[in-house]
Parts: sequence; C-alpha cells; structure tokens
Amino acid sequence: MAKIQGAVTVNKERCKGCNLCVVACPTETLSLQPYEVNDRGYHFAFMSNPEACIGCCSCALVCPDACIEVYRVKID
Amino acid sequence: MDIEDIIKPENKVYAAPELLEEVNMHYCPGCSHGVIHKLVAEVISELGIVERTVGVSPVGCAVFAYNYIDCDWIEAAHGRAPAIATAANRLWPENVVFTYQGDGDMSAIGTAETIHAANRGENIVMIFVNNAIYGMTGGQMAPTTLIGQKTSTSPYGRRVDLNGHPLEITNLLKELDGTCYVTRQSVHTPANVRKTKAALKKAFMNAIAKKGTSVVEVVSTCNSGWKMTPEKANEWMAQHMFEKYPLGDLKNSES
Ligand SMILES: Cc1ncc(C[n+]2csc(CCOP(=O)(O)OP(=O)(O)O)c2C)c(N)n1
Ligand code: SF4
Ligand code: SF4
Ligand code: SF4
Ligand SMILES: [Mg+2]
Repeated sequence: MAKIQGAVTVNKERCKGCNLCVVACPTETLSLQPYEVNDRGYHFAFMSNPEACIGCCSCALVCPDACIEVYRVKID
Repeated sequence: MDIEDIIKPENKVYAAPELLEEVNMHYCPGCSHGVIHKLVAEVISELGIVERTVGVSPVGCAVFAYNYIDCDWIEAAHGRAPAIATAANRLWPENVVFTYQGDGDMSAIGTAETIHAANRGENIVMIFVNNAIYGMTGGQMAPTTLIGQKTSTSPYGRRVDLNGHPLEITNLLKELDGTCYVTRQSVHTPANVRKTKAALKKAFMNAIAKKGTSVVEVVSTCNSGWKMTPEKANEWMAQHMFEKYPLGDLKNSES
C-alpha cells in the first residue's frame, strides 16, 4: 500500500509562536522551540518529530501568519 | 525518505498566498485576522480578479489590511466602509469591491452604512470579523459582546439591564431584500478554514455576477482583548460564541 510522507517548512522569522499549528497537527509533529527565539523574540515552531508528518496541511491552514509551507510524497 | 528529498518544489502542496505581502503583519500572535487575510488573498488570486479588486479597510485592528494584501485599497473613516465601497463599485462597475470590518466598525459606529448598503443591494462583499470586542482600542465592550463577558468597560461582565442585548447584525442583514448571500463562519480549525474560504469565494463570485450584497461573518477571537492564550481563545469561542452566533448559511439565494 502506498504510504504518504510529509514535511513542512516554517518561516522562522515570520512566526509569532502562537502555538495554533502545534495544537492543529493530528500527528504531534510540531513544537515550539523551548529555548531559541527569532529576531523578534518569539519561540518559533519547528518539526520536533518529522517522521510523523503526513502532509495534511492542517498546521498551514490555521497559521495566522502564513509561515508554513507543506510538502507531500507518496512512497510505493 | 529523507526530509530534504520531500522538501522539493514538485512536492509542494501548500504555499503562502502569492498576494500576501512579505512584510510582517502587526496582529497579535494567534489573531484570527491573519487567517482571514490569507483566505481573502487566496480567493482574489484564484478568481483572477486582482487587477480589478478594491478592498475597503476599516478602523480597528485591520486598519492596515492594505499593507498586507496586494490589491487596490481605500481606507475608510470608522464605520463608513460600505459607503465608500458603494462609490467604488458604482463609479467603476467592473471593480470587484469588498469591505473588511470589525464588529465595532460594522455594527456600532457604522450600523447605518452597513444596513443601508445591504438594503440597497450594492454589489459588494462585506467581510465581518466578529470578535465580540473592540480589539484595537484595548478591549472595550462592543454591541456584539456576550452577556456576562468581561471587557475593560464591562469588568464585571455585560449586563442586559445596563448594556442591552448582543447585536446579531448578520441576522438583520439576512432579512433585507438587497442581500443575496449571508453566512457565518469561523477559522479556528482546518475544516472551518476551508469552509470560510469557500464562503468567501461564493461571495466574491456574487459580486462579480452583480447579484447583490454578500455578507460573510467570521466569528473570531481577540485573544489579547479576551486575555487568553490563542489556544484558549479558540476553545472559549467554540464554547460560548457559537451559541449566540451559530455557524452556517443564513441566506443563500441561488437566482
Ligand atoms: C470616529 C472614531 N471613533 C472612535 C474611534 C476609536 N476606535 C478605533 S478602533 C475602534 C473599534 C474597533 O473595534 P472593531 O471594529 O471590533 O475592530 P477590532 O479591532 O476588534 O478588529 C474604535 C472605537 C475612532 N478611531 N474613530
Ligand atoms: S502537515 Fe499535517 S501532519 Fe504535517 S506538521 Fe502539518 S499538521 Fe502535522
Ligand atoms: S501557527 Fe504560525 S505563527 Fe503560530 S506558531 Fe505556528 S508557525 Fe508560528
Ligand atoms: S487586539 Fe485582538 S483583534 Fe487586535 S490584533 Fe490583537 S488579538 Fe487581534
Ligand atoms: Mg472587534
């Protein structure tokens, strides 16, 4: 059966660390950086568990700042 | 497969909207305005109308919307967006004109303009961001504030005897013969974001087809004004706002 694998990029300087992508993700792929901040002082989102991503776009849809782009591949 | 092999242009399934400017938006982290801006930008691009679209921005947190979505804009005085939109559409009828207004703008200071533009059936889209508060000025009570809701001017909660009832202006607009499409949506979950985009698209298509006034209310959060995290604000909205402002189409004339 074909398997879907996904990945996202986060525009870290645009991110405001609002956490909405983290709670929208059904696979717990994303987290906010616990220590590191961007130039504006926000704990930006990143893929803490990249293997889990299924490329469903939920995170990108709810992101108010259009930081997230989503990629998806089908593996046979 | 390695992440680097997945992140390639040919595998991209979601990109930031082309029409959204690179500049950072000034909204608070997690504010619904940003999500709604993305959807407006996508719909204008997908309908191929960017060269003839004119937005009218409000007074309120969305006052700088013209810095974020790359179409033409006019900035209206507080509450007067529907009057400006009327002119922008009547003087140049090929224009596709929309207003983008908060609840203070649309249902407090601008109530007269809102009702009369809709009653005249102006061929415009009214996007109504209802966060039940005056976000920009520091979280004061709005006509849409819920009973019991605490704001900086109702610190013990809104009271009917003192402040009257929450104004459901969208329900009033539905009753007017000039409106062709009146709907209430939200953007707090991925599924709701998709529905709101479809609603906006329909509203813009109505304006192109000159069917009358379309109203898209988006029940929204103002996490700063409500003094909650963005996550909690979404939960609070689903628990409390949807009871007073239920989601769904209020009017959808197909003719
Ligand atoms: C004529 C006039 N009266 C009052 C104000 C102050 N004022 C600015 S924004 C605003 C209300 C904004 O609330 P809303 O429309 O709900 O927008 P939000 O910020 O919540 O998105 C008010 C009363 C003003 N700028 N101009
Ligand atoms: S695309 Fe889906 S699975 Fe991947 S991070 Fe975003 S929400 Fe999670
Ligand atoms: S939703 Fe967007 S702004 Fe918020 S944390 Fe995620 S990437 Fe950052
Ligand atoms: S004050 Fe409220 S409406 Fe305004 S940007 Fe902040 S969260 Fe959004
Ligand atoms: Mg408001």
